[in-house]
Amino acid sequence: MSEKTAHGAPDSPAPRGRARRKKATALGGGDKLVLGLMLGIPTLIHLLLVWVPTLGSVALSFGSWDGIGGFEDIKWVGFQNYVDIFTSYPRFWPAFRHNVIWLVFLMVLPTVAGLFLAVLLDRKLRFGRIYQSALYLPMVLSLALVGFIWQLIYQPEQGLLNSILGTTENNPTNWLGDPDINLYAVLVAAAWRHTGYIMLLYLAGLKSVDPALKEAASLDGANAFQTFTRVTFPVLKPVNIVVFVVTVIESLRAFDIVYIINKGRNGLELLSVLVTDNIIGESSRIGWGSALAVILLLISLSVIITYLYQEFSKENRA
Amino acid sequence: MVRYTPSSQSMHPLLGRRAVLRGLLMTAGIAAVPGLAACGGGDSGSSNGTVTFGNNQSDEVPKAAITAALKGFDTDALKISINTKQHEQYQEQINNYLQGKPDDVLAWFAGYRMRFFSEKGLTGDLTDLWGGLGDNYASSLKEASTAKDGKQYFVPFTQYPWGVFYLKSVWTQRGYEVPKTLDQFVALSTKMKADGLTPIAFAQKQGWPGMGTFDQLNFRTNGYQFHVDLMAGKEDWQGAKVRAVFDTWKRLLPFHQENALGREWQEAAQSVQQGKSGMYLLGSFVGQQFKGQEDDLDFFPFPEINPEFGQDTVEAPIDGYMMAKNPKNPEGAKKLLEYLAKPETQLEYLKSDPSSIATSSKADTSGYTALQKKAVEVIKNAKHITQFLDRDTDPRFASDAATNGLNAFIQNPDDIDTVLKGMADQAKTIFTG
Repeated sequence: MSEKTAHGAPDSPAPRGRARRKKATALGGGDKLVLGLMLGIPTLIHLLLVWVPTLGSVALSFGSWDGIGGFEDIKWVGFQNYVDIFTSYPRFWPAFRHNVIWLVFLMVLPTVAGLFLAVLLDRKLRFGRIYQSALYLPMVLSLALVGFIWQLIYQPEQGLLNSILGTTENNPTNWLGDPDINLYAVLVAAAWRHTGYIMLLYLAGLKSVDPALKEAASLDGANAFQTFTRVTFPVLKPVNIVVFVVTVIESLRAFDIVYIINKGRNGLELLSVLVTDNIIGESSRIGWGSALAVILLLISLSVIITYLYQEFSKENRA
Repeated sequence: MVRYTPSSQSMHPLLGRRAVLRGLLMTAGIAAVPGLAACGGGDSGSSNGTVTFGNNQSDEVPKAAITAALKGFDTDALKISINTKQHEQYQEQINNYLQGKPDDVLAWFAGYRMRFFSEKGLTGDLTDLWGGLGDNYASSLKEASTAKDGKQYFVPFTQYPWGVFYLKSVWTQRGYEVPKTLDQFVALSTKMKADGLTPIAFAQKQGWPGMGTFDQLNFRTNGYQFHVDLMAGKEDWQGAKVRAVFDTWKRLLPFHQENALGREWQEAAQSVQQGKSGMYLLGSFVGQQFKGQEDDLDFFPFPEINPEFGQDTVEAPIDGYMMAKNPKNPEGAKKLLEYLAKPETQLEYLKSDPSSIATSSKADTSGYTALQKKAVEVIKNAKHITQFLDRDTDPRFASDAATNGLNAFIQNPDDIDTVLKGMADQAKTIFTG
């Protein structure tokens, strides 16, 4: 995004050069300075806080280093970390699988539920504001706190869920301890929080839909369902892109909730947990952890870039 | 270092977690270089009369105990400032802590883990101090405080043995007897099961208690030297000897408390205390859960498995203190370490936490509880002393490969081959890399 704006800078040979240059030179010296500062400082901060660490992480992933001493202590091992992670790290593939499940789950349930709730709230119900705040409330809590709350619900012996199901007495379900189901139990908690967020995004989108469109549709004889699928939803496309990107990021950076529950072990492994386990701690394996972080970065980039590319190329064709 | 905080706060909102990690990474790298230089200058002249003390005893009982023991050192001339961190967190942050601004005197463990940091040059040489401490400690303790370069970097404080703990009252009532061999152990467990008890309490939520079980089974089956070599990465985790350990463990697992991965050791200990479980293999710190019942608590060394080794090895980790590389108050730090080496200080600590024993050979054991006396005897009679899996091996192997390997085994004991292959592969990359 910032790329585009940068092209607006005075000396760049923009494609539609003539008209632009004329406009640009109209800027006085003071304007140029202000513009330079306003672009330069954010760019610098962006480079410093995003690109330098990213590239640093990529560089470190080719090394073997225990985090003690200076850079001269790093032993460069090429792609060895990656080879070892893919072939001989037992926790990697489960973590990878869990991240994919997480992504698919968040993509389906909270998105659909959030859209549904947004459509309902958009109908100007009585007490709509109250419902809206109540549904959005979980989003205000940090995922770590959500983890605490749901731990109380999932507790095998005294927890709410088993009490309701009447299974506290004999053979209570160990929601968070059983590696076959704990991932889904946690996903329900994460979805509970995520739904409110999605709802709010869609609600904002719905509010900005021109009522004239709906009116026109109903004049043409469309029923409510048709109006939604043929008119409203297509208009929400920009919101869909935001929701998609937000969901991908949320699911790949998921960490706090599983770390609170059991440090991301025993069925709750996630790539982010593996990164932390390897980098923070007595057993720093900086290179190894960086390699994992780079893998995580590549996954999120590949998903997002593919989606955006498809969306925008569709738009260009249309 | 302080430098971490600003970068982690001003993060780009969309990149939260990963960016923080990367930020940490980079700052760790950058911080490392000026770190040493910054510590060298300036502070040496300060005679502010305060020694800082890094304490990892965050549990209620030991925290009160160490505070009480340090009270005698705190005078107007030399103040002590105690900085307590949560036990597991302390260990996780130790790298950054030691490279940042560590406290003058700080808690740590003897063995490989102490040597690791001294070899990296992150802790202070205490050879001078040991010149005056020599007759205070048995030679095995001096050895445990010595790094590869022959110098001492550690002052032992307390020590505790691992064993199988039980309540005497429960055992007498039911007529159980201390098993000497594995077969007797299995027979006893079977009997307990028939009596409606869980024979062996077990908890693995914290990730390390299972290592204790592995250690016992390993050195009883394969002997002390094999333990040392395996921990040093010189033996194969996929070999027949390790396989035998897991086969025995698998045989014993049905007698262990179920769902161990979701339970903390304190809860497992309480099941023994309530008479629901028959026995519990753990360090003697388990006594912290038996307040007021200490007299009823007893233990025996893990039974013999291989007659060649009998019960010749005991696992008795040593807790103690190291000095920072560049303490702000070097004289004060050494005085504090001397104070910690004194038998009186150690006994003062044990008064509030009688679940371990003093390391000073001069300590007066007459005031010990029966349990402590037994601990002294067991340690004295042992031919070999081990520290603990995560204290005897490379932390990179212990914290990830070993913890998760044991967890995977406990979760799915039928899949020993896959578990051992995973551990063996990781051992290869860690110990050769």
